[in-house]
Amino acid sequence: MTDRTPDPRGYWRANLRLVSVLLVIWAVVSFGLSIVFVEPLNATRLGGFPLGFWFAHQGSIYVFVLLLLVYAFASDRLARRYGVD
Amino acid sequence: MGVQGWTALTVGLSFSLYIGIAIWSRAQSTKGFYVAGQGVPALANGMATGADWMSAASFISMAGLISFMGYTGTVYLMGWTGGYVLLALLLAPYLRKFGRFTVPDFVGERYASNGARVVAVVCALFVSFTYVSGQMRGVGVVFSRFLEVPVEWGVVIGMALVFVYATLGGMRGITYTQVAQYVVLIVAYLIPAAAISWTMTGNPVPQLGFGDTLVEGRHAGRFLLEALDHIHRDLGLPEYTAAFVPGKKGMADVAAITLALMVGTAGLPHVLIRFYTVKSARAARWSVMWALVFIAVLYTTAPAVAAFARVNLIDSLHGTPYAEAPEWFRTWETTGLLAWEDKDGDGVIAYSGDAAVNELTVDRDIMVLANPEIANLPAWVVALVVAGALAAALSTAAGLLLVISSSVSHDLIKSIWAPDLSERDELRIARWAAGGAVVVAGVVGIYPPGFVAQVVAFAFGLAASSFFPVLVLGIFDRRTNKQGAIAGMVSGLLFTILYIVWFRFVHPEAGADDWWFGVSPEGIGSLGMLLNAVVTIVVSRATPPPPAEVVALVDELRLPREARRHAGDGPFVDATRT
Repeated sequence: MTDRTPDPRGYWRANLRLVSVLLVIWAVVSFGLSIVFVEPLNATRLGGFPLGFWFAHQGSIYVFVLLLLVYAFASDRLARRYGVD
Repeated sequence: MGVQGWTALTVGLSFSLYIGIAIWSRAQSTKGFYVAGQGVPALANGMATGADWMSAASFISMAGLISFMGYTGTVYLMGWTGGYVLLALLLAPYLRKFGRFTVPDFVGERYASNGARVVAVVCALFVSFTYVSGQMRGVGVVFSRFLEVPVEWGVVIGMALVFVYATLGGMRGITYTQVAQYVVLIVAYLIPAAAISWTMTGNPVPQLGFGDTLVEGRHAGRFLLEALDHIHRDLGLPEYTAAFVPGKKGMADVAAITLALMVGTAGLPHVLIRFYTVKSARAARWSVMWALVFIAVLYTTAPAVAAFARVNLIDSLHGTPYAEAPEWFRTWETTGLLAWEDKDGDGVIAYSGDAAVNELTVDRDIMVLANPEIANLPAWVVALVVAGALAAALSTAAGLLLVISSSVSHDLIKSIWAPDLSERDELRIARWAAGGAVVVAGVVGIYPPGFVAQVVAFAFGLAASSFFPVLVLGIFDRRTNKQGAIAGMVSGLLFTILYIVWFRFVHPEAGADDWWFGVSPEGIGSLGMLLNAVVTIVVSRATPPPPAEVVALVDELRLPREARRHAGDGPFVDATRT
């Protein structure tokens, strides 16, 4: 890599943005789709599953794993971009 | 060879493996003993965290609980996985960057206060002890059912084994035995699940079979969940997939319990310290991701097992004459975990949502253990499930014992009473403390005080309302100071304990109408957590800001790279770390 000036403030701001976006998705999937909106979603079916029930028993867990995968990749990129890795 | 022979063989083999690993990886230094030398690869740590996390409760009880709760079982499924999102985003990389040995270490240094450290030690000890006694009891029960030794001897055998590898190997020994235990427990969980899914739906992947059509029996050709809802309606029970119908928990309560379990998970000391053992903050992030992958394998299988078991149980028992009941019914009847009372005297087993008509009582814990027998799987599968249940209980017990040992030897003795203790002496005390904790946990497992089972369910609420806000604010809010942290921890914990004691022990007859905002004692930790956070923020603003060294420590924690080393950089920089 070429010479990078470390920018801790920029890194922290970008990190807070990333964390906020991921937390919003976490809350929407777990408390939104799986709990608050579960009954309307159950009117739709996904194969043999009522959709809301599927989110509550399966989908939310898959989303959690994806969120952490995105976080691990995105954090590595942020650390490189702001020269703090 | 029968079930007993196979069981003795698999349990013997798996135990020898754990002991072998412990001897190979024994610890020589305090850093090795407490945090495995901080050299555990992210993937291996993820696996170890999976075993550390998934206890006897996850392995044995969870699918059974869900089986009886239907939709509402989501509080465990999301509660015990969603916490890892909070752990990764808000805690793990920063705690690893901090780079000491225990959670009270962080609280003590971040708030520059031994008072805060002592409050944290007390919380850690309380949560870990309630949790560990349940594990030892689980070991005893599994031994007594499958190897026909008394429960007490089962607990003693479990104690002896944990004693060897926890005192010898410390965190290093525990980490690598947990990796082996994860493999044993997940194989033991997946084989019967896949076999049952294959038999019932023709799809060997339980996560898919769960949403597939049944291939046999009187509901053949219908979707499994549709058939299950239908069966429930016929018996006068609320539909399996229905959410907030009468007879199930309300929406506010489901949300509160889920949140309390999530936040509690992220605040449990034995989970948090696993992320001190990796090389860097970056490795900590990847490690939480791997941990959740390994946990999700079991947690997405469990609800499928729950639904299969529900259909199987009702189909094979309801309306069956007792004289023709399958063989496993008799075996489990003798343990007292399954009971039939012929209320109408017709000799036929009747299961119903109406308590006056219902003749069948089923303990939730037998659903996973009896599943292979219910599905007619061969004896070696039953033996494997036994080895898996033991792996789940022992790995969690070992992780908790290490927290107890390091709280005593490191946080109380080294940090508070005797700061000039030599490393050799500290290591010796750590081993003694681990040994002592094993014995105490075993005694509690053999003579369980009546309240243990009830208290374990609340350990999460207590972890949520004490640790979590103080740890997160310590990283994300520079202005949080020691007055705020102590006031927050004490008020959150007191509020949660008082609410639980009031509604559980003083007025157990109170119902959902009396609860605050419809939140049951199980979910109150989430309100306690909010209270803790508000008190911490308000009190911190009303008192002097934290000293400059602490602010510098927070700034340094936020960066993933290792600190530049200068002599005299304050308490944070550890020049020996590579």
